[in-house]
Amino acid sequence: MTRRAVLLLVALAAAALVIGLASGASGLSPGQVWRALVDPSAAGAVIVRQLRAPRVLLAFAVGGSLAVSGAALQALIRNPLADPYLLGLSGGAGVGAVIAMALRWPSAWAVPLAAFVGALGAVALVYRLSAVVGRRLDPRVLLLSGVIVGAFAAAIMTAIISLSSAEQLRNAFLWLLGGFGAASWHALVLFAAWAALPLAVLVVSGRGLDLLHLGDEPAESLGADVDRLRRRILVATSLLTAAGVAVSGIVGFVGLIVPHAMRGVVGPIHRSLLPGAFVAGGAFLVLADALARTVVRPMELPVGVVTAVVGVPIFALLLRRSLR
Amino acid sequence: MILEAQGLRVHYPGADQPSLDGVGLRVEPGHLMAVVGPNGSGKTTMLRALLGLVPLSAGLVRLDGRPLLEWRRAEVAMSVATMPQREEPAPLLTAEDAVLLGRYPRLGALTPVGSADRLAVRRAMERCDAWVLRHRVVDTLSGGEWQRVRLARALAQEPRLLLLDEPTASLDVRHAMELLELVGTLVVGGLGVLIITHELNLAARYADRIVVLQRGRMVADGPPAEVITPTVLGPVFEWPLAITEWAPGIPQVFPLRPGESGPPLFGPQADR
Repeated sequence: MTRRAVLLLVALAAAALVIGLASGASGLSPGQVWRALVDPSAAGAVIVRQLRAPRVLLAFAVGGSLAVSGAALQALIRNPLADPYLLGLSGGAGVGAVIAMALRWPSAWAVPLAAFVGALGAVALVYRLSAVVGRRLDPRVLLLSGVIVGAFAAAIMTAIISLSSAEQLRNAFLWLLGGFGAASWHALVLFAAWAALPLAVLVVSGRGLDLLHLGDEPAESLGADVDRLRRRILVATSLLTAAGVAVSGIVGFVGLIVPHAMRGVVGPIHRSLLPGAFVAGGAFLVLADALARTVVRPMELPVGVVTAVVGVPIFALLLRRSLR
Repeated sequence: MILEAQGLRVHYPGADQPSLDGVGLRVEPGHLMAVVGPNGSGKTTMLRALLGLVPLSAGLVRLDGRPLLEWRRAEVAMSVATMPQREEPAPLLTAEDAVLLGRYPRLGALTPVGSADRLAVRRAMERCDAWVLRHRVVDTLSGGEWQRVRLARALAQEPRLLLLDEPTASLDVRHAMELLELVGTLVVGGLGVLIITHELNLAARYADRIVVLQRGRMVADGPPAEVITPTVLGPVFEWPLAITEWAPGIPQVFPLRPGESGPPLFGPQADR
C-alpha cells in the first residue's frame, strides 16, 4: 500500500466517524461532537457517548467485516462480483429471524441469535451439498448450492410471513433490511470479541488468497494447500458475516462494492487489500447509517435501503467497467 | 535434489481405465527430460501425480529420497517449480507482483517481503526478458509475454527442479525458441527439467531423454535417437510418420500426408 493510499483511508475513516457522531435526529457540529467526547457534562454528551458512539463503531466494525469477507470470497471463487451473502447466509438468517418473531420469543437477543444460527445452518447446508464424496470443493458448485439453499430459505420465510400478523410482518421485514437502531456498547463488545478471530484468520490467509486468486493449479504449484485453505476461508467468512447479520440484519452491497473498488486503489494483493477494505467498508457503512438517520428525520430508513440505493448505481458502473 | 517416481498408477473414480499405470521416472539436476504422447495419454496426470496432487492407487513419489507425502506443500515449492499448462492472468495484478508470488513458499504467512526477495524477482524477470514488463498489468500481456512472466515466477522460486506443462503451446517460433534456449542454459547450470510437450522436433533437439506415454503407460524411454523412430511413434500417434536426421543423434519427425512415402531431404543430410 502506498503512503498516499494509507493517508486517504485514515482521512476517510476519521471523516466518516465524525459525520456519524454528528448526524442524527438532533444534528451536532464537529465542535460539539468533540466537546461531548472530552467532557461528560457537555450538551449532547449522553447522546454522543451512549447512543451514537456505540452505533457508529458497530457500523464501522460490521461494514469492515463485510468488506473483508467479500474480498476473501471474491478471491476464493475467482469472481470480483461475489457477495459475502452468496453462500445462503442471508436466507438462513432471514428464516431464523422470522421464526423468532413469529413465535414471539421474548428476549431482545432472540432475533439476533436465531438469525445467527439460521445463517450458519444455511452455510453448513451449502457446504454439505457442495462436498461430493471424493471430489474437491468446486467454487462453481458452491455458488449453485448457495443459490439453491437461498431459494429454499426464501420459500420457508415467505410461508412463515404469510401466516403472521401484519405487525410481525413489518418488524421482520424491517429487521431483515438492516439497521443499527439497537446498537449498544454491549453489542459492540460482543461483536468485536466474536469477529476478532475470523478477521485474524483471514489476514493470516492473505498470501493464500493471493494464490487462490490465480486458480487451483498455479496456487498448488506455488505451495498452497488449496483444499485446506478454501475450507478455512469459508468457515472464517461465514462466522464473520453471520455475526454481522445478527447485530445489524442483512446489509447488502458493502461486501460487494467496497473490495471491488479498493482493488483499484490499493491493488489486488490481499495484505494491502484486506486492511484497506476493512477501513473503507467501515467508513462506507458509517456514512450510509448517518444518511439513514437523517434523510427522513425524525424517522429512520433501514440502512440496507441506503446501501442498496447508493450501491446499485456504483455496482452498475463497476460492472460496465469490468466488462469493457 | 532428485524427484523420483516408481510404478505410478492413477485411477480416477468412475473411469474404465487407469489414467496412469506403471509409470516410473527420475527428474535429476542437469538433465532435461521431455514427455510426449497423444492427447489424453496421461501426461498432465503424470505431472500432477509427481507433485502429489492426485491420489495414487499404487506407486510412490520420492523427493530427495523422502516420500513426497511427508513434505509440506510449501517445502516442495521451494525445491520444485511447476508451470501448469493453462492459467488465466489475474486481473489488476502487475507483472512484478505476479512474479513476487514465486517467493511466497519462502515467505510464509506474515514475513514481510525483503530485499533478497525483490532481488530474486528482478533477476528471474531479467533472465526471462520480462523486467521491462514489470509495471504492466498481467491481463494486458500478450500470450508470449504472459508465458515469460510465468516462467520468471517459477524461477523466482529458486527451484532445483522445474516441471513445465506444454510451455511453448501458445508461442510463436521465436518465443518458443527463446524459452527453450533459456531452459537449456538453466539445465547446463544444474537445473533439472521435465517438459511435457507436443513438439516432437523441439523435444528431440533439447531433451537428453524422451519418455513416450500412450494410454497411461510408458511405451518408450531413452535418448531421442532411440525414441524418435517410426516404429515407436507411428503406433503411438496412429499416423504415418517419416523420420530424418537433422544432426547426429537428433532425429526430426515429418507427419506424412496420405500417399506420401518419405520426407524431402534438407539440412545437413541434403549435402551428402
